[in-house]
Amino acid sequence: MLDATPKEIVERKALRINPAKTCQPVGAMYAALGVHNCLPHSHGSQGCCSYHRTVLSRHFKEPAMASSSSFTEGASVFGGGANIKTAVKNIFALYDPDIIAVHTTCLSETIGDDLPTYIREMEIPEGKLVIHANTPSYQGSHITGFASMVKGFINYLSLNSGVPNGNFNIIPGFVGPADMREIKRIFKVMGIPYTMLPDTSGVLDAPNTGKYKMYPKGGTKIEEIVDAGNAALTVALGSYASEMGAKELEKKCKVPFITLKTPIGIDATDELLMSLAKQTGKEIPAELEEERGQLVDLMIDSQQYFQGRKAALVGDPDEMIALSQFIIALGMIPQYVVTGTPGSAFAREITAMMQEAGLEGIVKAEKDFFDVHQWIKNENVDLLISNTYGKFIARAEDIPFVRFGFPVMDRYGHNYNPVVGYKGAMFLLEQMCNAMLDKEDRECAEEDLEVVR
Amino acid sequence: MGEALVVSDREEFITTKGRQKQPIKCDADSIAGCVSQRACVYCGARVVLNPITDAAHLVHGPIGCASYTWDIRGSLSSGSELYRNAFSTDLQEEDVIFGGGKKLTAAIDELVGKYQPKLIFVYSTCIVGVIGDDLNAICKAAALKHEIEVIPVQSSGFIGNKSAGYRAACDAILQLLQPTGIKKANSINYLGDYNLAGEAWIIESYLREMGIELNVVFTGDSSSEKLKTATQASLNIMQCAGSTNYLAGKMEELYHIPYIRVSFLGLQDTADSLRQIAAALGNEEAARKAEILIARESARIQPVIDKYRRKFAGKKAAVYVGGGFKAISLIKQFRELGMEVVMIGTQTGRKEEYETINSLVADGTVILDDANPAELERFMTKQGANLLVGGVKERPLAYKLGIAFIDHNHDRKHPLSGYVGAVNFAREVYSTLCSPVWNYLPDHDRGDVV
Ligand code: SF4
Ligand code: SF4
Repeated sequence: MLDATPKEIVERKALRINPAKTCQPVGAMYAALGVHNCLPHSHGSQGCCSYHRTVLSRHFKEPAMASSSSFTEGASVFGGGANIKTAVKNIFALYDPDIIAVHTTCLSETIGDDLPTYIREMEIPEGKLVIHANTPSYQGSHITGFASMVKGFINYLSLNSGVPNGNFNIIPGFVGPADMREIKRIFKVMGIPYTMLPDTSGVLDAPNTGKYKMYPKGGTKIEEIVDAGNAALTVALGSYASEMGAKELEKKCKVPFITLKTPIGIDATDELLMSLAKQTGKEIPAELEEERGQLVDLMIDSQQYFQGRKAALVGDPDEMIALSQFIIALGMIPQYVVTGTPGSAFAREITAMMQEAGLEGIVKAEKDFFDVHQWIKNENVDLLISNTYGKFIARAEDIPFVRFGFPVMDRYGHNYNPVVGYKGAMFLLEQMCNAMLDKEDRECAEEDLEVVR
Repeated sequence: MGEALVVSDREEFITTKGRQKQPIKCDADSIAGCVSQRACVYCGARVVLNPITDAAHLVHGPIGCASYTWDIRGSLSSGSELYRNAFSTDLQEEDVIFGGGKKLTAAIDELVGKYQPKLIFVYSTCIVGVIGDDLNAICKAAALKHEIEVIPVQSSGFIGNKSAGYRAACDAILQLLQPTGIKKANSINYLGDYNLAGEAWIIESYLREMGIELNVVFTGDSSSEKLKTATQASLNIMQCAGSTNYLAGKMEELYHIPYIRVSFLGLQDTADSLRQIAAALGNEEAARKAEILIARESARIQPVIDKYRRKFAGKKAAVYVGGGFKAISLIKQFRELGMEVVMIGTQTGRKEEYETINSLVADGTVILDDANPAELERFMTKQGANLLVGGVKERPLAYKLGIAFIDHNHDRKHPLSGYVGAVNFAREVYSTLCSPVWNYLPDHDRGDVV
C-alpha cells in the first residue's frame, strides 16, 4: 500500500480512503470510562462494541470494559427495547456498576430506538443510574461521540441546588489520562478547586497491583457530576469535544462557561493560565512560571532545527488547532493540516493563525490520509505528526514521524506522558526535534555525522 | 471482582471436566448485557477475505466499521498491498435516509479509477442491511461496467455472529471459483490459513519438500487469479475449520475435491498432519519424504523444546481463543511443553470440538464458551493459571492479574505454525512466563480464590 497512492489529485465524492476519524460510539465509550464505577454500554450489535473495546485496548494497553445489547435480527426488526431492558438487568446483577452509560450505534439509531422511553420503562435498582447519549456513526466522528456522552451525563445528572460550590468544572476533551492528570495538576498548583468530567486518569493508566479491578479508583464521581451544576464556571477545553457539555450545563444549571483551546503548546497553555488568573484574580504561581521558562529555553536552544521546516499534521480538530499554533511558534510551517471530523471552525481558526503569521498551507476538515499522502507526493514535508496510521506515509516518503493523538497502537508509554501544558510541550518538542535529527544522522554523509548538535 | 456472580443464564456455557455430566452449551447468541469478547458477522467475513492481497475491500457503511478493520490482520503478502487500505463509503445521515446505493456506485467508480483492481469485495454493514440498498444489483452493474469482479458480501452485523460472517465470506469466495477442466495430481489447497506472520509460507516449504504443490491458500497471500485456479487441486487441507469448513464442504460437493483437517501447531500435530496429507494423496513418495522431514526437524527442534520444558515445570496455562480446533491443538502443544491447561474456552467452538476438548483435558479443567472478562478472571484466578493464550482484548486483563500472555490472534508477531512456529511458541512462552518483571508485582495468591 505504501506506494499505491497516485500523485494526480482528482476530487473524490463517495470514496473514503484510509480515514482520519472513526465513529461516535468509541468516543462515547471513552468518555463513560472516565466516570467512576460506570459501565459503558453499547446499544447495538456485538461487533461494534468489540471493535471499540479493541481499539481502546490497543491504544491504552489497558482493559476497556463495555457491555453490548447483542442485537440479533429480531431486535433489528422489532426494536431493541427488550434487549436493553434485559441487558440492564443482567449488567446490574453481573457487574454491579453504580451507573450504566448507554450509547447508541448506527443500527439502533437507524431503526429509531427511543432510549429515553426505554430508560423510563426499565427497572433500575435503588440507588443505581442509567443514562444515555445518541451517537449515530453516520454523523460526526469519535469526537462528536465524546461530546455527546459528556452532554448526556450532564443532562441526566447535574443539578443546580442553589448552593454554589465555588468549583470550576473542567471538560478536558478527548485527551489521554496523562493529559487529564496534567490539567488537574495545573489547577491544583493554581489553587483552584475543580471537578473534571470525564476523568480517565486512574482508570486507563491504573497502576498494576497484580489484581484486576473492573472499576479502578479513578474517574469522576457521580456526586461530582451532580454538583457540577453548582460550579462557578465551566472551562471547556477544545470547542469540538467539550463545548457541547458546557452549553448543556449552562442551559440546565445556569453555570457560565468559557471555551479555550486544548492547552497544547506554549500559546494555548498561556491562554489557559491567563484566563484562570483573570477569572480567579489569582497570580500564576512560580512553579508554572519556571516550567514556562524552561520551555522557552528549550524552544530557543532548538530553534535552528525548526525554522522554516514544513510539517503535515493529521488528527482530531481541537488538538490540531492547538498543535498548529505550537508549530507556528516554533518557526515551522504547518503545510498540511487535516482532520477527518466535519466542522467549519477547524479550517477557519487555523487559517486565521497562519495568515497572521504570513504563512500558507492546506487546511481542511473531512479529509483522509489518502488526501494527505497525495499532497505530500506533490510537495514533501520535513515532519509528519499523526496517529499510528501515518507510519505508512512516513515510511513511503521517508519523513520523520511523531505519533500523536488517537489511536497510537504501535508504541508504548504515551498513556503516561502528557502532551498538554508546558511540560507536555517540552515532551512534544523533544520528540519532534529528535525525529528530525535522527533522520539527519541516519542519512547524512559520513563526514557530516557530528557528535554535537 | 473475584466473587462476581455468574449470571444464571450463563451456567450452561461453563463446565468443569469430571464434575458435570451434561454437555456444554455453545453456538448460541450472546446474552444481552454481557461483556462478550465476540465480534460480528462483518468481522468474520472481513477476517477471512482480507488476506486476498490484490482485492479492494470496500466497506459500505458508516466510517467506523472500516476504520477498525484497517490493516489489523497481520497477514503478509508476496505481491500486492492493496488489501491493507481502508476503503469506505463513509455513509452520512442523508445517505441513511435516502439510500446509499448511488454513493456506493460512485465509490466503486472512484476506486476503479484510482487503483484498477481486478477484484472488489463490497461488504454490507448493519445499517445497510436495515436501509436495504440492493448490493447484488449494484455490484453486478459495476462488474459489467468495469469488466472486473465486484462481489457483494452479505455481512450485516446483526444477522448472526462471527460464524455467519465466515459463511458469507465463503459464499463470496465460491463466486470466484470456476472449474477449469484441469486436475493436477499432488496439488493441494490449504484452507483456513491467513498467512499471519508468514505462516502459510512455512507450510508451503514443507509441502514442496514432500514433492507436493501448494496450489492456493485460502486466503493467506492469495490473489484473484490464484483463487480462480483452486478447482484444479486434488485435495483440500483445512487448518481453521471454523472459518472454512463450509467452503471445504462446498468444494467437495461442487468440484469433487476431498478434504482433510490438519493442524500445524506443535510437533505432534505437525507430524501427524504431514503424514495424513501424504496418505490422503496416496503418495508413497511424499510419505517417505515426510518421514525424512519429520525426523530431521524433530531432531533439530526437540532439544530446544526440552531446554524450555525444564523451565516450565509445574506451570499452568489458560486458553481463550476464537475457534475450537485451535484450542484442541493448544492443549497438545502445551503438553509437549510440559504444561497443563487448566482453563479453556472459545468464542465460536462447536459441539464436537468441545467433546474433544473434554476428552483431552485433565479432571478439574474449566471449559467455557463465549466467556466474558469477569469469568475469565474468575477462572484463571481460581485455577491458578500462570499464562493465558488469547487475543487483543485479553492481553491487558492477563497483565493486570500478573499473568503471562501470548497472542494467538491478529497481533502475533512471529509465525506459530510448523517446526519453526513450535520453537517460536516455546520461546514466547518462556519470554513472557519467565520475565523478571513479574517479580515487581506485590505478592498475590492465585490458588484459593473461589
Ligand atoms: S460505524 Fe456504526 S456500525 Fe460501524 S462500528 Fe461504528 S457504530 Fe458500529
Ligand atoms: S455495525 Fe454491524 S457490521 Fe459494523 S462493526 Fe458493528 S456489528 Fe459489525
